[in-house]
Amino acid sequence: MANQLKSNWFLACITACVFVSCSEGGHRISADADNVGLALPEGFGALKVADSVGAARHIAVNSKGDVFVKLQRAVDGKGIIVLTDTDGDGRADEQTGFGDYGGTGIFIKDNFLYASSNSEVFRYALDENQRVTNPEAPDTIITGLIDRRQHNSKSIALDGAGNIYVNIGAYSNVCQEKDRTPGSPGMQPCPILDSAGGIWRFKTDGIRQTYGDGQRYATGLRNVVGLDWNQEAGALFVMQHGRDNLHDFYPELYAEGVGIDLPSEAMYRLSEGADAGWPYIYYDHHQKKKIVNPEYGGDGKQEGGADALDPVVAFPGHIAPNALLFYTGDMFPARYKNGAFVAFHGSWNRAPDQQGFMVAFVPFENGQPSGDWEVFADGFAGIDTIAAPGDARHRPCGLAQGPDGSLYVSDDVGGTIYRIVYAGAK
Amino acid sequence: MQERNSRKYSQIGVAILFLLLVACGGHQTEGQTQPETANGQEAALQGKSASALSERTAGMRAGQVVYDQYCATCHQTNGDGVPNLNPPLAKTDYVTGDKERLIRIVLNGSNEGLEVNGMVYSNAMPAHSFLSDEDVANVLSYIRNSFGNHADTVSVDEVRQVRATLE
Ligand code: HEC
Repeated sequence: MANQLKSNWFLACITACVFVSCSEGGHRISADADNVGLALPEGFGALKVADSVGAARHIAVNSKGDVFVKLQRAVDGKGIIVLTDTDGDGRADEQTGFGDYGGTGIFIKDNFLYASSNSEVFRYALDENQRVTNPEAPDTIITGLIDRRQHNSKSIALDGAGNIYVNIGAYSNVCQEKDRTPGSPGMQPCPILDSAGGIWRFKTDGIRQTYGDGQRYATGLRNVVGLDWNQEAGALFVMQHGRDNLHDFYPELYAEGVGIDLPSEAMYRLSEGADAGWPYIYYDHHQKKKIVNPEYGGDGKQEGGADALDPVVAFPGHIAPNALLFYTGDMFPARYKNGAFVAFHGSWNRAPDQQGFMVAFVPFENGQPSGDWEVFADGFAGIDTIAAPGDARHRPCGLAQGPDGSLYVSDDVGGTIYRIVYAGAK
Repeated sequence: MQERNSRKYSQIGVAILFLLLVACGGHQTEGQTQPETANGQEAALQGKSASALSERTAGMRAGQVVYDQYCATCHQTNGDGVPNLNPPLAKTDYVTGDKERLIRIVLNGSNEGLEVNGMVYSNAMPAHSFLSDEDVANVLSYIRNSFGNHADTVSVDEVRQVRATLE
């Protein structure tokens, strides 16, 4: 029996190999037969670059196509995994690692790799092969950022003009005197905003910069995990994770149905000094208004935050946008160019039917959204009804664009790295 | 030949299915949303009078109501928690072990990065000292006997005693 199984597997492998090489037709990389379980728009396919790499947070792809994966926790002393495809089939066949720290942020720009722990940002030099030259001795460019466990991931983005933007999430839900305690009032002013709840800007080539060396670039942002610089707009865009507990703490103001969908998960376009209004207000995409938080006296209708930013896109509540990427590649059809991909991690407080384990797309023109958001890639969870987030087999967490224009998606549950390609007619 | 082929393919199918099952089997929901009071475990308790049993069942039901209102958002209805964020309550030593420690976590909350079954979780658990002694006793009895857990119940007196040491 064992033998038979083996020979059957041999047969299956041969079939698969023949299938792949036949469908390659030149050097085009072909998708897996099942698109790795993903539902994608017509003409798109997906292949599995790797799986089980660990809790894969953000990812970056160098110009040779190597994938750098930042792990939430270091495994065997490796917090950054490098995946290399040596035979050109689009799938990784070599895996190495370095960096003895967990974290979320990772970014490649101009021959440097940047990666963050939950309190520091490191910079590694890349050689002519785009490989890290100093894996055990990076420069510590930023240090001493607050890590009080809640919302501690330090996501990063660069603007190409020598600046690096770092999210410092608020260690609180809505700045109550007693965090996440029903009935506890919001603090006025919120003291957390001095050192967190915003985006800080530093120099990419500084050494051991800390709060005093950078600027609080934008404030009133509860927690941003996904952010990216938009070249066309010349501006930083961020995805905020909205507050929790409106409907479970205030059922009389926020009834099940609608309440569970509030507040919006909001995309903001930032400029220096911008304020998105947390913790005093939230955005309601049903009323299309900024509403005063009930911890600050709101009743679900009272408007507030006259000076606070309005979002440029508002998504349903609690679905946890963990990555933002403006697509500048040439592989996808023209309508995707310069548009925003957003990886949603999926909700944990929309029971009994958790939502949003998917990658969304928003078309952009001239640096502004030019249409409604849409689901781009779905099916990560692998089940239809997701009662609890722990049931999801995969959760999208990071996004990166490959040199050929492929879109990479990471998953911090199964450790899968997906590569989405376009093979249809353009 | 044809028959052999189709048998072969069905074996491949079985093998693939098996691998899929294995690959996806890492996650199994052991959670139970109903307290395990009405089943064999309850019947197996010896020397309890019928009224003591029904009192216990009532407490467990009341505990589930408290759980659904104050704990389920974070720890989830199935007690599995949220990966990396909120720890599970299924099969953890904190839940089924030392009752004093358990009562203290619920009354005081916790934001220190407890290691729960080898993992740490980044969210903060708020203090629940606003709950009555009875609510705390009931919810803890409920979680100690749900999600696959089996441990003795927590009494109002035990909660009162721990609360006294905190205030
Ligand atoms: C806001 C989310 C939240 C709420 C609400 C919450 N918890 Fe927790 N709970 C946590 C987190 C986060 C931890 C881990 C804290 C740490 O690491 O210090 C935790 C830890 C625990 C632990 C110990 C660790 C374990 O998993 O066994 C127990 C027991 C527990 N909670 C029970 C409860 C009960 C009972 C309630 C309701 C009365 C409740 N929690 C409400 C988030 C929450």
